[in-house]
Amino acid sequence: MLLRLLRGAFEPCERLAYRLFGGESPFHHLGALTIYLFWIVLVSGLYVFAFYETSVAGAYASVERLTQEQWYLGGVMRSLHRYASDAAVLTMGLHLIRELSRDHHRGPRWFSWLTGVPNLWMVYMLGITGYWMVWDELAQYVAVATAELLDWLPIFTDPMARNFLTEGSLGDRFFTLLAFLHLLGLPLILVGTVWLHIQRIGRPRINPPRRLALGTLLALLALSFAQPATSHAPADLTRAPRVLDLDWFYLAVYPLYDLFGAPAVWGVLWGGTLLLCALPWLPPRRRAPVAEVNPEWCTGCRRCFGDCPYGAIDMAPHPYRRGKEVSVVDPALCVSCGICEGACPSATPFRSVRELVSGIELPQYPVQVLRERARDAARRLRGPVRIVVFGCGHAADPALVARADTAAVPLVCAAMLPPSLVEYLIRREGVDGVVIAGCRAEDCEYRLGTRWVEERICGAREPHLRRNVPRDRVALCWSGADGALLRRCVEDFRARLARAADAGDGEPPQAAAAGGGRSA
Amino acid sequence: MPDRGPAWVAAGRGLAYVLFAAFVGFFAVRPAWTHLGPDEAVVKVSIVHRGQPVGECRERSEEELARLPPNMRVKLVCPRERSPLELEVWLDGRLLHREVKAPSGLHHDGPSYIYRRFVVPAGEHLLRVRLRDSVRAEGYPYDRSERVRLDPGRVLAVDFDPVAGIRFR
Repeated sequence: MLLRLLRGAFEPCERLAYRLFGGESPFHHLGALTIYLFWIVLVSGLYVFAFYETSVAGAYASVERLTQEQWYLGGVMRSLHRYASDAAVLTMGLHLIRELSRDHHRGPRWFSWLTGVPNLWMVYMLGITGYWMVWDELAQYVAVATAELLDWLPIFTDPMARNFLTEGSLGDRFFTLLAFLHLLGLPLILVGTVWLHIQRIGRPRINPPRRLALGTLLALLALSFAQPATSHAPADLTRAPRVLDLDWFYLAVYPLYDLFGAPAVWGVLWGGTLLLCALPWLPPRRRAPVAEVNPEWCTGCRRCFGDCPYGAIDMAPHPYRRGKEVSVVDPALCVSCGICEGACPSATPFRSVRELVSGIELPQYPVQVLRERARDAARRLRGPVRIVVFGCGHAADPALVARADTAAVPLVCAAMLPPSLVEYLIRREGVDGVVIAGCRAEDCEYRLGTRWVEERICGAREPHLRRNVPRDRVALCWSGADGALLRRCVEDFRARLARAADAGDGEPPQAAAAGGGRSA
Repeated sequence: MPDRGPAWVAAGRGLAYVLFAAFVGFFAVRPAWTHLGPDEAVVKVSIVHRGQPVGECRERSEEELARLPPNMRVKLVCPRERSPLELEVWLDGRLLHREVKAPSGLHHDGPSYIYRRFVVPAGEHLLRVRLRDSVRAEGYPYDRSERVRLDPGRVLAVDFDPVAGIRFR
């Protein structure tokens, strides 16, 4: 229920962003954007550090010199460093909530979810230590409060906060330690936790599209010029900071400490962390049956192995064909998307066997059932332009567009459809056009489904749609959950097919791509 | 996929980037947080001190010494455990804080550490801090009372030195 509400909250924003950015919508690249923002943080941070002095007296002065005397470069780099860090918290938070709203935290994806939790801690620790380094009033406030928070835990016998008691109690070595933590220690750990986070993902997207990356950089640069990052007054341990321009992305926990004390802060932090860690099992996801391999039809071609977005398929020696391989499914990793079924060359519906069995398929939706559904639907079609719409189970329901001349066939994922079935419907069953509808471009529920479909249909990936099938009789419609877009997409496609039929000799038309979708 | 004209899309994208930058820029420094009121000051009390032994030292008898290995024959023997520290902070005759802090260490033979921060009204106050470090003695051997002027925002540090006693800094 809560997840549905969350998803409902995201949907209008995503719909708008998709209309503006298409497959490059920032919502589709939140994880990659976060990593990209940290590249900006790294480069700008290295520049700032080149001028930084690791001492009580020098820390503030060096940052001020950089900000004031070198505003055109050093100041901009400092601002970029701050704002890219803030933006990273924003994209990271959105990434977390969005994946949660899409139920991507349970089932075989629990590992990526769980290994994402330490990233949150690392990012916040990096940000907070960064604020300490400026050694202004804000740094003093953060340092004292952090020390008091840590002192509340039964870790240190000698209270850390004593280091900030008087002016003389703080030494230069503190800033050397900070520099080590902020520049080397924590970033290295963060790289490790990010690496772990993407371990169970095949072909992880760690770079956002170039235009999106450039747009983000320009937006942050413009912000850096419009509102340069500045320091508060220098830290003075004989005086307490009064009013602070707080960075709420990183430092929101400190007002909480001011208001409710250390137990409340640690309660929220540890409680929140435990809850995040436990979410994959609250309750555990009911899992669909995983893909099954039929060794007698598996040729060891490795296509399913290459296409699986979660690395759930491995190759092993074939049990009874010497020198050959057979696919093996790891049930712990399989998300039951059926992409492997669409990748299997033996899933062709043209095979003249009594029972069509593929080398690998979903037991709940084998290729035999898929062929029968599509064939029966095609044979029931009546009208001048007959269309079969294959719809992914995570996008708009294809039944929305079903009528006498339009049949809807559901799929688990768009990439579950073997391209040969498209050919079968057009050439063998006389269908005028086929629409493959699915999640928004670059936002496949199973990560790579839409991309694999595009590549298979345009002939760039095996198994491809054969060249004797006119590409303009196939439309790809990446509508996501937008039912109106799917309807418009199908209607545009139908109109084009009809126009082409009128212009030609009554033969099946040569239509272009449908609106809202992509040309095959 | 964008389904409007390129100008509309470009304007929409530009607006999206502006909103993104504005959101980041706003919450990077706003709203301001008031950590300390305009008429408030801070008193920090930080004490590290090892209390007195919990019991009296005594001399070993000749028989006891004879039973020990030669390298361990020390005549005076004292209990290892230390007394907890008892701290009281009074402001204008009102008890602000009282705390008893046990010695650190598995055998309670280390120093006791106390750190407390108090936000108090700015102005002139009579501040009294007293400390007891022995369970065997009555009263507070360390006691300091002083009229202090706390300007708004000032941090007054109270610490302890076994020789100088309680210090206001």
